[in-house]
Amino acid sequence: MSALSVRNLSVEFATARGTARAVQNVSFDLAPGERLGLVGESGSGKTTTALSLLRLIRPPGRIAAGEILLDGADMARATAAELRRMRGARIALVPQGAMNALNPVLTCGAQFDDLFAAHGAAGGAPRVGELLASVGLGAEVAELYPHQLSGGMKQRVCIALAIALRPAVIVADEPTSALDVIVQKQILKTLIAVQREIGAAVVLVGHDMGLMAQFAHRIGVMYAGRLVELAPVRDIFARPRHPYTRMLIDSLPGFGERGVFKGIQGQPPSLLTPLPGCPFAPRCAIAMARCGVEVPETRILEGGGEVRCHAA
Amino acid sequence: MRLELKSAGVTFGGTLFAGPRKRALAPLSLSVGDAPHILAVVGESGSGKTTLTRLLLGLLRPSTGAVTWNGGDVWRLPKPAFAAYRRAVQAVFQDPFGAYNPVYRVDRMLILPALRFGLAGSEEAARPLAEAALAAVGLRPAETLGRFPHQLSGGQRQRLMVARAMMLKPSVLIADEPVSMVDASLRATILETLYRLRQDGGMSLVYVTHDLATAYQIADSIMVMRNGEVVEQGETVSVIRTPAHAYTRDLVSALPPPDPTVDWGLESTT
Repeated sequence: MSALSVRNLSVEFATARGTARAVQNVSFDLAPGERLGLVGESGSGKTTTALSLLRLIRPPGRIAAGEILLDGADMARATAAELRRMRGARIALVPQGAMNALNPVLTCGAQFDDLFAAHGAAGGAPRVGELLASVGLGAEVAELYPHQLSGGMKQRVCIALAIALRPAVIVADEPTSALDVIVQKQILKTLIAVQREIGAAVVLVGHDMGLMAQFAHRIGVMYAGRLVELAPVRDIFARPRHPYTRMLIDSLPGFGERGVFKGIQGQPPSLLTPLPGCPFAPRCAIAMARCGVEVPETRILEGGGEVRCHAA
Repeated sequence: MRLELKSAGVTFGGTLFAGPRKRALAPLSLSVGDAPHILAVVGESGSGKTTLTRLLLGLLRPSTGAVTWNGGDVWRLPKPAFAAYRRAVQAVFQDPFGAYNPVYRVDRMLILPALRFGLAGSEEAARPLAEAALAAVGLRPAETLGRFPHQLSGGQRQRLMVARAMMLKPSVLIADEPVSMVDASLRATILETLYRLRQDGGMSLVYVTHDLATAYQIADSIMVMRNGEVVEQGETVSVIRTPAHAYTRDLVSALPPPDPTVDWGLESTT
């Protein structure tokens, strides 16, 4: 039984210059307690996919097709009342900018009270204190306003809010991108600790493959709106099947040879005018004639992975 | 060409209405520009990294000590020498959202300095220079020129600032987190551009970052800062491989090993 099942999700944005197909035909399942990393460069659709799971895509964006099955309901078609019930309780968000995700005029404790009240859940100071303790904060933080907290503390409050109603799925959108590297590790440790405690699955969005190597059980690589590879983390690193995945891994700086750079040349294609073939073909070192004309279908690999590449 | 800090320190506040006295940067001496060199300045928020860059750029007056360009105090340079300093020492700022005037097209940011600093005699002559600089940082001139800043992403704006700085061929480039907003894949391309400017162009770079891995890749030496003080400095490989200060060791271990078979300790409960 999956915690979450995404089927053929497509998201479009209406722009003055045409329809941008930000997410195309993305499917994946999430097991209870699983940590999935979604990686890709800016504009690859990773954040759009993640926010779609909570139906947080605002006009001019819309979910054009697909199903997001969670707890027997389809988030893609849920009514406003159903969404209110699901968000927070069944699927919760840890936002990217913890700096401005909290309400500046409410104490942290009041933001928990709001959440409990909206869901008719039992709250109260002891429960808030317990939640704050689970993310490594003291109970006195409930009395403080967001501006009195550091960036790392704010992100911890956001995590505590996300787990308050014990959701089955936590979506974390680059939760540490604005934090110092030392704080980043502490926040990820906190996220893993609470996620394991409540048995929630996590979708972590990011572009740091090093972080993903350490955090995720499985990694989904997105390119130009498509999920081009999805495989267990060890397989992804030991044997990346999509050439883009390999380039992402190779571009990571390490403490090896200095002055060696492996950037990915070129730019992703426009989402407004889709290419006839594989969207990665123009930047691909091993592209064949077929890649320019035929979109690769998803192929299932040994070991449970899947890839969209003619050469893989 | 030599840019120096001579026991330059910065304190804020301490006067009647400015709140309590706070030291942003302990008196510090350093010299760049004599020979091509990349100095990485590493540290957390509030460590004084950005204050240091503002001193070097002549944007902030030191409370104690001096900032000098070829021996002369930059706050007392005669006009021609100051103009030469302004051209020779260029900046890539950290915040790509605050560094642009929103009402001008981004072209102006490339064309104007080319004209002002005498790289080109006319707008037509400046345009090819601008286009070459854009291409060097992976931006398509046709999709960048003519746009307003809000039409570009944070990463595109950061690259545009790198392009602008490169076009002016400075002796010293002060880059404050120049790749913080760009993807890892593109980060390598921009860092390579900066590295080449030192290798082939004879430029010196002060590279401010909190990412030790990229500092390791390009820097000749590293300076680690914390709470406004330099806690460790030295040749890059020795600082990274045999860090002397506990804080440097924390920074090194804060980098996730890009290998899922190496345990980084995320799942441990301590």
